[in-house]
Amino acid sequence: MSTSQATTTEHPALAHQFDSMEQQQDASTFGMWVFLLTEIMMFGGLFTAYLIYRIKYYPAFVAGSTSISVSWGFANTLVLIGSSFTMAMAVWAAQKGKRNAQVWFLIGTMVLGAVFLGVKAKEYYDKFDECHIPGHVIGKGFNSWGGCSATDKSLGNIAEEIRHGNPSTPEVSAEQTAKQTEIFFSFYFAMTGLHAFHMLIGMGLLSWLTLRAKRGDFGPAYYTPVELGGLYWHFVDIVWIFLFPLLYLISRHQHGV
Amino acid sequence: MKPVMPERHYLNDNYGIRSWLFTKDHKRIAILYLFSVTFFFLIGGVFASLIRLHLLTPNGELFEADTYNKLFTMHGVNMVFFFLIPSVPAVLGNFLMPIMVGTKDLAFPKINLLSWYLYMAGGTFSMAAMVSGGVDSGWTFYAPLSSGYLKTHVIMLAVGVIIAGFSSIFTGLNFIVTVHRMRAPGMTWGRLPLFVWSNYAASLIMILGTPVIAITLILLALERGFHIGIFDPKLGGDPVLFQHMFWFYSHPAVYIMILPGMGVISEIVPCFSRKRIFGYSFVAFSSIAIAVFGFVVWAHHMFVAGISVYSALVFSLLSYAVAIPSAVKVFNWTATMYKGSIEMSTPMLYAMAFIGLFTIGGLTGLFLAALGLDVHIHDTYFVIAHFHYVMVGGMVTAYLGGLHFWWPKMTGKMYPEPPAKLAALITFIGFNLTFFPQFILGYMGMPRRYWAYPPEFQVLNVLSSAGASILAVGFILPLLYFAWSLKYGEVAGDNPWHATGLEWETSSPPPTHNFHHMPIVTKEPYAYGEGEEVPVVH
Repeated sequence: MSTSQATTTEHPALAHQFDSMEQQQDASTFGMWVFLLTEIMMFGGLFTAYLIYRIKYYPAFVAGSTSISVSWGFANTLVLIGSSFTMAMAVWAAQKGKRNAQVWFLIGTMVLGAVFLGVKAKEYYDKFDECHIPGHVIGKGFNSWGGCSATDKSLGNIAEEIRHGNPSTPEVSAEQTAKQTEIFFSFYFAMTGLHAFHMLIGMGLLSWLTLRAKRGDFGPAYYTPVELGGLYWHFVDIVWIFLFPLLYLISRHQHGV
Repeated sequence: MKPVMPERHYLNDNYGIRSWLFTKDHKRIAILYLFSVTFFFLIGGVFASLIRLHLLTPNGELFEADTYNKLFTMHGVNMVFFFLIPSVPAVLGNFLMPIMVGTKDLAFPKINLLSWYLYMAGGTFSMAAMVSGGVDSGWTFYAPLSSGYLKTHVIMLAVGVIIAGFSSIFTGLNFIVTVHRMRAPGMTWGRLPLFVWSNYAASLIMILGTPVIAITLILLALERGFHIGIFDPKLGGDPVLFQHMFWFYSHPAVYIMILPGMGVISEIVPCFSRKRIFGYSFVAFSSIAIAVFGFVVWAHHMFVAGISVYSALVFSLLSYAVAIPSAVKVFNWTATMYKGSIEMSTPMLYAMAFIGLFTIGGLTGLFLAALGLDVHIHDTYFVIAHFHYVMVGGMVTAYLGGLHFWWPKMTGKMYPEPPAKLAALITFIGFNLTFFPQFILGYMGMPRRYWAYPPEFQVLNVLSSAGASILAVGFILPLLYFAWSLKYGEVAGDNPWHATGLEWETSSPPPTHNFHHMPIVTKEPYAYGEGEEVPVVH
């Protein structure tokens, strides 16, 4: 569409189907946004299913929510926001053509991403320890009362307490409450698992970007890949910004477990 | 002057298997898709033939009940996910979209190639599920049957469908970015060919709907693999939620299938009526309207699944609303043909078949959207007949019409007209004989997916099976004469149909970068002038 091709020499990164670097960057960024729309719909399906069950099985979901650690979740939120900052700085460094800064900010982003995944692994391990892994395939089996021993009835007790506080919630048996709590954990692992999977893909992208940045591929004339990587990374962070309150914070039981 | 083949074009620019498997040329990727889509169509067709063969007799003598379940499952999965969804967009759309908007390629050629590999990988998984014993969940994967009870390879098939889904997401993404950012100078939105508009609308559904089926099938696989509760009531889950999530994609998906077909018809009808399309902007925006309405009608598949009567009412009303933009298209095509100088070439025969059959398919859809009537005909052969009138009578007919219409552009050779007309006629007769009896069967109460049936239904079933064998002939003929035309066909020339549109301004077959001189658009599409000399097509 533009005729800048005639006046400037062609950048080596200009793909043949585009007329100019501007058109290329514009199309690529637009494409990334369209892809993120797809991602929103994918997470959206999962979020909707979670919210439906949350309304249906409110006491059990509050009990499940109470059993996961807000402090670790909060720490991880800070880590991710920090990684978004370093990512934004990496894009800025690429735009300015600061080669070393780019590399270090990208590495910093990856380190923070790894810290996040490490904390997530610790949280998963705690759930394994507490017999909160749903299904009977992995883990020690989900206890029908939501604890490791027959006497550990903590989650069931919380659900009971909430049910008594809300006369409108339907009466259900203890076994049903246990199953409903198990569904909370099904979603907890599905949602955080899908998010962690996206983090892993993001880390892969960042490693590739780091290698290219080190080679000196990016500068003021061409930094599209870093910007697209940044868009993706920020998107994955934003997903967490929704996951954290949905899973950890809202209607948490005051007394804890 | 006899037309001659151009010296260099996309087919002879490069030789060797690597030049095809690593190509980033959208036209070559379209040819790759053409072969693979045809392959899956034939496999799906074999399953369909076996189903019809089995239903010749009422007592289920040919196959065991379990085998029969596998047959209709694999027929549905192959046809829906590996033929109908990619057919027009990934074959004709891939070939034509960049040329029609006047650019050298799609915005992301590597992603385009990746989409073909994903499609093949998805196909490989589904074939693997097929040969390692088959799957009997039905193409709808309803839980908890699929997640808790079946002993077959449900997960493998689901993985195949998820992967193929990403291939269609990438195709849609490429189309959207190309249409938005890569149009030739002067190619305004109001000058886009209607084929581009309808593929654009279908792309919107691909990128917004497909991720939902992906996450649904992932949850299904998690439930099946790890026994965690999501949809299975035994584990505390809700099976109706699965149906909501499944149809949230799978209903709009039928518009992914039909919208590009409608785009094909919108190109063929003005060309062979030698007239401007009637109501360009109405036809263009009705595509968008169908895509938007398509997202809010999914629960009409669930009227008997125990959803509340109030939401059923709303979904019934909204389903009726889809008929409006669909009817806009049908009326505008008809108005385009009115007083046109109609040339009964093969593509036009298919287009006219499409208009008639799609109208029947669409109107019977209203029967099913009516709450009271749906209780009676839900899950009967009436649904099967309705669906196949839209999908085979509509979509496959449009695909074949488009393939004939653009065959000279894609290969540079003309197909032979007499056998092509004969094939169109055979397809039309075979199709109606196969599926019209199924309307009556369904209305009389024959349920779908049954392995045996009461003897009084046999006459209609035999009619249907007889029709299927005629239909098969109609589908195999084009394979033969298309192949024949590659060697013996007449050289087509740049514009054998005297059609408008950028694709007809470049050579046939087009050069690798599509145009010898990048085009500048100065006129509206479909400027088939009045008083123009009527071309004679041989």
